[in-house]
Amino acid sequence: MSSQNRLVVVPTVTVLTVMKARLIGATKGHALLKKKADALTMRFRQLLKEIIDAKENLGSTMKGSFFAYTEAQYAAGENIKHTIMDNVDTAVVKVRGDLDNVAGVKIPRFESFVLPGETKMDLTGLGRGGQQLQSCRKAYLSAVELLVQLANLQTAFLTLDEALKVTNRRVNALENVVKPKLENTISYIKAELDELEREEFFRLKKVQKNKQKKQMAQMAEDAAAAAAGEKAEAGDLKMPPFNGPQGQQGVQPPTNSSLLNYKEDDLLF
Amino acid sequence: MYGFEMMSFNIKDGFLEGVVRSHRTGMLTVADYNNLSQCETLEDIKLNLTATDYGPYLVNEASPIYTATIVDRCTQKLVNDWNYMRTQADENLAMFMDYCTYGHMIDNVVLIVTGTLHERDVQELLDKCHPLGMFDSIATLAVAQNMRELYRLVLVDTPLAPYFSENLTHEDLDEMNIEIMRNTLYKAYLDDFAAFCQKLGSTTAEIMGDMLAFETDRRALNITLNSIGTELTRDDRKKLYSNFGLLYPHGHNELAMAEDFDQIRSAMEKVPAYSGIFSKLGYGESQMLDKLLYEEEVKKCVDCYEQQFHYGVFYAYMKLREQEIRNIMWVSECVAQDQKGRIADGIVYLF
Repeated sequence: MSSQNRLVVVPTVTVLTVMKARLIGATKGHALLKKKADALTMRFRQLLKEIIDAKENLGSTMKGSFFAYTEAQYAAGENIKHTIMDNVDTAVVKVRGDLDNVAGVKIPRFESFVLPGETKMDLTGLGRGGQQLQSCRKAYLSAVELLVQLANLQTAFLTLDEALKVTNRRVNALENVVKPKLENTISYIKAELDELEREEFFRLKKVQKNKQKKQMAQMAEDAAAAAAGEKAEAGDLKMPPFNGPQGQQGVQPPTNSSLLNYKEDDLLF
Repeated sequence: MYGFEMMSFNIKDGFLEGVVRSHRTGMLTVADYNNLSQCETLEDIKLNLTATDYGPYLVNEASPIYTATIVDRCTQKLVNDWNYMRTQADENLAMFMDYCTYGHMIDNVVLIVTGTLHERDVQELLDKCHPLGMFDSIATLAVAQNMRELYRLVLVDTPLAPYFSENLTHEDLDEMNIEIMRNTLYKAYLDDFAAFCQKLGSTTAEIMGDMLAFETDRRALNITLNSIGTELTRDDRKKLYSNFGLLYPHGHNELAMAEDFDQIRSAMEKVPAYSGIFSKLGYGESQMLDKLLYEEEVKKCVDCYEQQFHYGVFYAYMKLREQEIRNIMWVSECVAQDQKGRIADGIVYLF
């Protein structure tokens, strides 16, 4: 498992340092992104609340506006709408576009404003129904304002939703893919380095053992040679004299054959 | 000849008086309105209306029905009845009936003129015109490019020509606010209509004098009410009041000076006929005023039917039908918009 979920690297100390640096970077990035996601989520929830409020409000406002229009029709006559439509040249309510910045996410913002200056509509319905027309106008102005506000909120909501998804994906990717991978790589490299060290130690020991064995063999050979020489001498005498201690002495390695006297490259003391 | 018209009235106008009085039974009653108020959908309203005089006009309407369609069909009924009577009418009555429709004619002319100035399609504009205010040359209104030409080419041949020539200069035609023009024309029309009715004399003069006085006073009141807070000056405002009516001339002076609703109220309350209306109205409730005025108008129209041998019933018939259509519109809109609580605010019961 761990061999799949890690980067393909050469397990060396240099790479380990690089990986460690990368892990630190990823952790820091993760923390930052998490913070951003939290900020966005907070704003998102707030927007959602506002949208719900606005939508609930819109229902009654639109209803009121339509009824105000009915009242105007009742008072001013069925044909009043044609008079009004023919008298319109330019829009009175306009929408201004703007950019808002939430945690680095650019959100379009709409703002409606009423062009200053009275319209020539003031005298419409002078003979009858003028007041109802004005109240109808006011009702629809507030409805339009609400609509623009709602459009603003909805657009912000959608944009934020998109940004939030991307950020969350990044946070999750860092948390669940990149960081474990780096961690796995680091532990792999560490394990690998330890393994190498153990191997080295073992090899060292092996070499030492080999050396000792060789030494022993050599010594045995020497001792055998010395014993053979003595034997030959004793054969001449026929009867070996009692030279037990001598003989025992002869088994002892010569005093100058100590391991210490050898100059060996493989051995370190 | 006052009081003697019964000797000769029926010779020429007896049949049509019979016809117009028979229409009275076709008007919706309180029971009908109660039924309509119970409706849940526009389909129900249509169903209820098919049981009335409007039945033949609504029965063939395709299923997704709208308030506009209902109102349109009901208006068609009025127009057909009116045209039937108009074609049968004798000289004086025909003249009188034409006068009744001049109000709509003014609206149509203004509609087409504004439409033309904004380069709208003529046919489209004609469809929007009120059918009672149509005249032969109305389609040619759109030929003219400016107001002066319009007057010279088209309006001069219509019955409205004197209202234009007597009240508006050429400069006015070009520069005047269209609403002020409409009301100036309307003022001239009401003056002319009143003079015509006086010329007819006898009961017609009496009844119509009363009706038109109410009409003009209501206009004066509305103009005052609607011009508060606008750039319309007092003098201009005064020019839009007709030269008769119960408020003329002192009430007009006071109305011209009025700056808020209470001042209007105090001006109106000095006339005994209107003090009753305003006493029903609590302070600051100007919204209810329209309905009260409609009620007063309906009352006067119904009173018209109490006397015989006069032309007033024709005018009253038109006004009552229009009020009925307004009622139907109100009920339909309330039902369609699910505002049934408000139904009672708009209905004016006729009989």
